[in-house]
Amino acid sequence: MSAVARANRLTPYLFLAPAAVVLIFALLYPIGYMIYASFLDWSPSQRIGQAEFVGLKNYANLLHDSAFHESFWVTIKFAFVVVTLEMVLGVGLALLLDRNIRGMSVLRTVFILPMMIAPIVVGLMWRYMYHPTVGIFNRTIKSWGFDEGIPWLSDSTWSFVAVVIADVWQWTPFIFILALAAMQSLPRSALEAAEIDGASEWQKITLIKIPLMMPVLVVTLLLRLIDAFKVLEVILVLTNGGPGLSTEIIALRIFRTAQEFQELGEAAAMSNVLLLMLMALTIGMFMYTKIQEARAARMRAAAEQTES
Amino acid sequence: MPRIRLEGLVKRYGDFEVLHGIDLEMEENEFTVFVGPSGCGKSTTLRMIAGLETVSDGEIFIDDRPVSHLEPKARDLAMVFQDYALYPHLDVARNMSFALRLQKVPKAEINKKVGDVARMLGLTDYLHRKPAELSGGQRQRVAMGRALTRDSSTFLFDEPLSNLDAKLRGQMRAELALMRQQVQKNMIYVTHDQIEAMTLADRIVVMHGGYIQQHGTPEELYKNPANKFVAGFLGSPPMNFLDASVEDRGGELFVTGAGFSISLTQKRQQNIQKADLRNVTLGIRPSDLRFNPNAPEDASLDLKVVVSEYIGAQSVLICDCAGQKIEVELKSDTPIGLGETLRFEVNADAIHLFDREREVAL
Repeated sequence: MSAVARANRLTPYLFLAPAAVVLIFALLYPIGYMIYASFLDWSPSQRIGQAEFVGLKNYANLLHDSAFHESFWVTIKFAFVVVTLEMVLGVGLALLLDRNIRGMSVLRTVFILPMMIAPIVVGLMWRYMYHPTVGIFNRTIKSWGFDEGIPWLSDSTWSFVAVVIADVWQWTPFIFILALAAMQSLPRSALEAAEIDGASEWQKITLIKIPLMMPVLVVTLLLRLIDAFKVLEVILVLTNGGPGLSTEIIALRIFRTAQEFQELGEAAAMSNVLLLMLMALTIGMFMYTKIQEARAARMRAAAEQTES
Repeated sequence: MPRIRLEGLVKRYGDFEVLHGIDLEMEENEFTVFVGPSGCGKSTTLRMIAGLETVSDGEIFIDDRPVSHLEPKARDLAMVFQDYALYPHLDVARNMSFALRLQKVPKAEINKKVGDVARMLGLTDYLHRKPAELSGGQRQRVAMGRALTRDSSTFLFDEPLSNLDAKLRGQMRAELALMRQQVQKNMIYVTHDQIEAMTLADRIVVMHGGYIQQHGTPEELYKNPANKFVAGFLGSPPMNFLDASVEDRGGELFVTGAGFSISLTQKRQQNIQKADLRNVTLGIRPSDLRFNPNAPEDASLDLKVVVSEYIGAQSVLICDCAGQKIEVELKSDTPIGLGETLRFEVNADAIHLFDREREVAL
């Protein structure tokens, strides 16, 4: 092979190199660091080289750590409840607002405002609203004539409800805009065909619109699920995991293990468990779309072949 | 099957009127084709009949029943869309049975009907495919099948063949003509393709600028176009138009222009005298000119051949007639050479005269 030909063959790799460098330093290095740390008994006062290598002990500890189990369970419960509520509300709103009314663009912008507020601010905002005596909720309840307000943040059941409400308030708009975008790109003629075929408005929604939006909705659902598993700031500010462990989601547990208990190795192990779980979700989503696409392409190619 | 009548149908978008009072009557079991260039209002008219567009003014009657306020589903129509409008998430069988399932027709009956229609359209092997897994021609057939399965009294077609390639389009056109013989229904078909219109229609409605230009059988429209637009729109290659005037030479009428002077037939002379018009447009179809060096001067055109387009058995000559372009269709084996000036005999019975101002036929 001549030198020119070899240089030509290497050119693409040269152009890829900067991206590869960024990827290695920004992504692979921290993850590798974290995986390595999860095998160490490491406190913040030590340098990483001084920490003792303990193998899988941190992971073994997690298996028997009932607080971690509790957090794991709270996280799954939280993610499941908020994502379900947000999907129902977001898609419902999109169905209601998918029409040309004057001022709709302003309304849409207003709807997505909560998403744009920093989570810490959202947490503080809701903490004041949930305040047992001066918060707007309890003042309103009392003005209706009830003697006692709701113990929003001091009762373990109510505090879970409180964080769910705050999360739903912040993230429903995300599903709303994605659902709306999906709805507006639906083939108009298929809906007209359904109308001529005799479908009512409700049948058009359940038989045509929702099934056609399904690919977008599945991806939206997974994105939200991944995000819900990692939620931290709002809950940190609202309840700090309490009362007890009732709202202590995994991210908060990891944060406390590292900050309060000074167990960096164990925190890293927890992070890796969370990472594995999210990775499984992501890969599942990826495979789902890939398989669907490949199947359609294969069948179509076969069909074109028989025709010509 | 029902008679459909349009009475003073008007469509406005805001202040902009796109249809200006359409009056039309379609007989039972008639295949009516709306044809015209884009933006002429043909699709809008069809969509108003379907109930997909609101009626701004006027009324649509199906068997004397006014329907313009009714939902599409109450009008007993089936429609085939330009982009097929199949339900992408349902397989072929469920696409075709969608309407019947909504009507809660018994399952056995649905299966029988879908099976029958699929057999007729050659879709039996594809009943469990999704639309994305079908080729263009197959999708087109499914769209057709979905309309047929419904068994409604009227079929609407909105440019159903325009998304297919030329070869497939010809094939589907023939299949449509065949289906037309098997299915006795009202059919209303919109197209911009005059060949589709001519080959499929019982009656053609030519539209232009939101008005009906002419309504009649393909033969009527081809032989006696009501105006210059219809004359130029139907027929391929299109009719030639030459500026001319009518001259009286001792009681004999001649239509003369730059480089020609053709005597008119008796019958035509009577019509012209009544109207007493001088400035006209002469229309001659390319197929009504015949190469004949010995033709008399008052029944022929002398044309200089500029370009010859070889199509096969036929060739189209693009010629120059004293500065005006004119096309001639003739057998390819006619011995002609580029650049020559040749004499072509005009079929005097087949010439068309139009008022140059108002463009109506004389």
